[in-house]
Amino acid sequence: MRVLEKLFDKYRPQFERGGKYHKLYPLFEMMDTILLWTNARTESGPHVRDALDLKRFMMMVVVALLPATIFGIYNIGYQHYQAVGASVGSGEMFEFGLIKFLPIVIVSYLVGGFWEVLFAVVRKHEVNEGFLVTGLLFPLVLPPTIPLWQVAVAISFGVVIGKEVFGGTGMNILNPALTARAFVFFAYPGKISGDKVWTAIDSAKDKLVDTFTGATPLLVASNTEAGSTAVQTLNHATQQFANVHYGFWDMFYGLIPGSIGETSTLAILVGGLLLIITGVASWRIIVAVFAGGYGMAWLMNILAGPGSGGMFTLPPHYHLVMGGFALGAVFMATDPVSASQTRAGKWIYGILIGVLAILVRTVNPAYPEGMMLAILFMNIFAPFIDYYVIKAHLKRRLKRA
Amino acid sequence: MLEHYLSLFVKAVFVENILLAFFLGMCSFLAVSKKVETAVGLGLAVTFVLTITAPTNWFIHEYILKEGALAWAGEQFGSVDLSFLNFITFIATIAAMVQLVEMVIDKYSPKLYAALGIFLPLIAVNCAILGASLFMVEREYTLGESVVFGFGSGIGWFLAIVAMASIRTKIRYSNVPSGLKGLGITMLITGLMSMAFMLFSGIQL
Repeated sequence: MRVLEKLFDKYRPQFERGGKYHKLYPLFEMMDTILLWTNARTESGPHVRDALDLKRFMMMVVVALLPATIFGIYNIGYQHYQAVGASVGSGEMFEFGLIKFLPIVIVSYLVGGFWEVLFAVVRKHEVNEGFLVTGLLFPLVLPPTIPLWQVAVAISFGVVIGKEVFGGTGMNILNPALTARAFVFFAYPGKISGDKVWTAIDSAKDKLVDTFTGATPLLVASNTEAGSTAVQTLNHATQQFANVHYGFWDMFYGLIPGSIGETSTLAILVGGLLLIITGVASWRIIVAVFAGGYGMAWLMNILAGPGSGGMFTLPPHYHLVMGGFALGAVFMATDPVSASQTRAGKWIYGILIGVLAILVRTVNPAYPEGMMLAILFMNIFAPFIDYYVIKAHLKRRLKRA
Repeated sequence: MLEHYLSLFVKAVFVENILLAFFLGMCSFLAVSKKVETAVGLGLAVTFVLTITAPTNWFIHEYILKEGALAWAGEQFGSVDLSFLNFITFIATIAAMVQLVEMVIDKYSPKLYAALGIFLPLIAVNCAILGASLFMVEREYTLGESVVFGFGSGIGWFLAIVAMASIRTKIRYSNVPSGLKGLGITMLITGLMSMAFMLFSGIQL
C-alpha cells in the first residue's frame, strides 16, 4: 500500500490542474480512489463521517451479485450439456459457461466504461463506480446467446441515454441496466425472447437430445392449454423433455433456462441478504415487491375461471421463483437512485412493481415476463409518489404544529 | 356492460395512452410540466374538457354530420353527408367548451388560472382533445363509450403530465449537458416514459 501511495503521489501533480495530463484527471482519480482513498474533503454540510462512500457502496452491490453471477456461469454450462445429453463434471460446465459469459461481460464493461470515461473527461466530473454495477447487472439479465454487438449497442444506450444525459451517477430517472435491456428487447426482440435463445448451443455442431426444449418455465406456463393448470403443464414438460426440470425446487435453485443471472432465486437471496445486512438495499422495497407479487398472484388464482389463460392458475410461490422476479426485486427495484426515496413511498413503489409484474405475466399475451417493464414503469412514477408522500407529511406536521 | 366500459377505460389510460402511445397533446405537455401543481391543474382541466367534448361531438356527429344523419329533418336530407365538416365543427365545439372551463376556473380558482396562463386557452388547440373526438368517430363508439373514452384519455394524459412534472422537479438540480437543458431532456424523458408504458401494449381487452 505504501508503494502504491507513493506512486500516486508522485504522478498526482501531472494530472492536477496545470499538469501535463490534467484532462485525464478523472481517470487518475478513479484509480486513486478505488485503490486507496480520497483526499477530497467535503466542504459544505451536511457531513457524515463514515467509511462507506459511494464507491464502497457500489462495490458492495457487486459483491452481492457474485453468487448469482457464479451460479449463472455454471448454469450456462449445465444447460448446454443437458441439451447435448453429455454428462460431464461441474468443472467443465463452469468452463463452458465462462467462455460464453466472459465476452459479454467484457464488452459490457469496455463499451460502457468508454462512455463513462468519455463523459467524465469531457464534462469534468468523476468516474463513478455506479458503472461497475450497471456493467455487471446488464449481462446478468441477458440470454447467454446474445450477439456481442448488441451488448455493445445496448449498454451504450443504457449508459448514455439512461444515465449520462441526466448528469451521471445519482441523477438518472430509470435504472440504466434495465434501460439497456429494454432497448435490446424492443430493438432486437428475436435475440432476447422466445425459446431459442436461453440455451447456449451451436445448432451446426451440437447434436441435441431427442426431446429438447429451450423454453423458460414462464413461457411453458403461459402456453398452458385450456383445461389444465399451469403446474400440470410444467410437470408435463419436465417429463416430456429430457433436458429440463421445472419443479418448484428446481426453479428455486435455478438450474433452468433463462437470463444468465436471473434463474437462481437462492443465489439472489444470498446476495440480497448481504445487501440488507449492510443496509445498501432497502429491505422495505424487497419485501414490498415480493408481497405485492404474492398478493396479486393469489388474487389471480381466485379470479381464474375455466376459460381464463393458464397463467391465472399458477400458484403465487411459483411466480416468485420464475423469471426475473427475484433478480428484479433484489437488485433492480432497489436501485437507490431511481426508486422512491420516502419510507411510505418505498412500500407503495415496491408493492406496485410486484402487482404490475404479475398482472402483465397473467393478462398480457405479448410478454411472458413483465418484471423489467414493471420496474421501469414504477421508476417513472417514483418521483410522483415521493411528491405526494412528502406533501402528506407536511400537511400532517402543519396540523400538529 | 360495465366490464366493457371498464376495459375501454383501462385501454384508454394505459394501453393506448393518448400522449405516450399516440404522442398527441405534446405541446402543452412539454410546456406546462415544470411544476407538479400546475401540471395537476392542467391535467384536470384537460380531463374535464375531454370528458365533455367527446360526447358533445358525438351528438353533433351522430345527428348532424354523419352520412344520413339528417334524416330526422326530412326525407330530402336523408342522403346528405356533412362529415367533411367534422374537423371544423369539432374544433369549434372544443373552443366553446374551453371558454366555459376558463370562465369557471377564473371564477373559482384564480391562482390556478394565473398559473396556467396562456395554456388554458391553448387547450382549445390541444391535439389530444381533437384526437380523442376523431378517434371516437373512426372507431364508431356509442355515446356511453365516447364518455368513457374521453374520460380515460384525459386520465391517461393527466397521469403522463404529472409523472413528467415530478420527474422534472426531481432533476431540477441535475447536471444535464447544456445543449439538452429544458426541452431536449424533456423529449428524452418522454421517450423513456413511453418505453416504460409499453408494459401494457399487447393487452387484449
